[in-house]
Amino acid sequence: MTSSINPDRLSPALRTEALEQLLTERGLVDPAVMDKFISTYENDVGPLNGAKVVAKAWTDPEYRARLLAEGTGAIKELGFAGPQGEHIVVLENTAALHNVVTCTLCSCYPWPVLGLPPSWYKDPVYRARIVREPRTVLAEMGLELVADVEVKVWDSSSEVRYLVLPLRPAGTEGASEEELTALVTRDMMVGVAR
Amino acid sequence: MSTPLLGIDGPAAPPRDNGELVFAEPWESRAFGLAVTLHAAGAFTWDDFRDHLVARIADWERSHPDGECYSYYRCWLQALESVVADRGLVGAGEVAVRAGELAERPAGHDHADGADHGHGH
Repeated sequence: MTSSINPDRLSPALRTEALEQLLTERGLVDPAVMDKFISTYENDVGPLNGAKVVAKAWTDPEYRARLLAEGTGAIKELGFAGPQGEHIVVLENTAALHNVVTCTLCSCYPWPVLGLPPSWYKDPVYRARIVREPRTVLAEMGLELVADVEVKVWDSSSEVRYLVLPLRPAGTEGASEEELTALVTRDMMVGVAR
Repeated sequence: MSTPLLGIDGPAAPPRDNGELVFAEPWESRAFGLAVTLHAAGAFTWDDFRDHLVARIADWERSHPDGECYSYYRCWLQALESVVADRGLVGAGEVAVRAGELAERPAGHDHADGADHGHGH
């Protein structure tokens, strides 16, 4: 009998390293290209992109109209595009409506504007419960909505990614686009904050 | 306690904007990078990969060892392994064999990629 390896000993770290070696040896993956992708998503692409989109929509009515009519194109105007951003639909919050986004099957998320998803978004519990009892989950996450605000839950699909356009905070009439950008959080753009 | 290697500010700062580190462990970033790079090179469509990912996540939700915590990137890695096997790029057995060889490396080897080093300072 040869020395067999207990598969339980093969940690994901070892399997990943093995897969990377095999793919690289076969010329299927260029490590330099891969490092660039990783560093881009670790360091450069994040919710700040989405915040810039939102702040522009708050200050420029024509941009807002374009963004709500055709999200992907309007977002691309600001230079944000790429994988998981091929079809972004922007959901407008109003005084009477609150939008919240999930992906019940995996964790589809609009990478070009929000970066990679936080762990709670990927969690099976959030994905299951936000659909069944959105008000309760939102309250647990710190967002209490009064009864006359309708809550709409949007389930991302293989075709569509969503970005929530939050309400512009009261008392920010004199704020510049840059100042407004700083007020927009990732949670607002997923819809777990308002 | 040791000082964090990365400063809170400055160019090397992790993406605090997101409220947390994007990857919890180094291998997660490699598994992420492999999928994105292979997709960009046309090895598979994203829908293809997503189908495998959805299936692996559903498998875990249906049944998993008692007490095992959910790991999104573990499902991601399984999806990646099955999509590359489907495409005939790397067989599932090949990954296990190579990973087994890597596991046999003597402790203190100098190739640090993805390995779990217990030493602190």
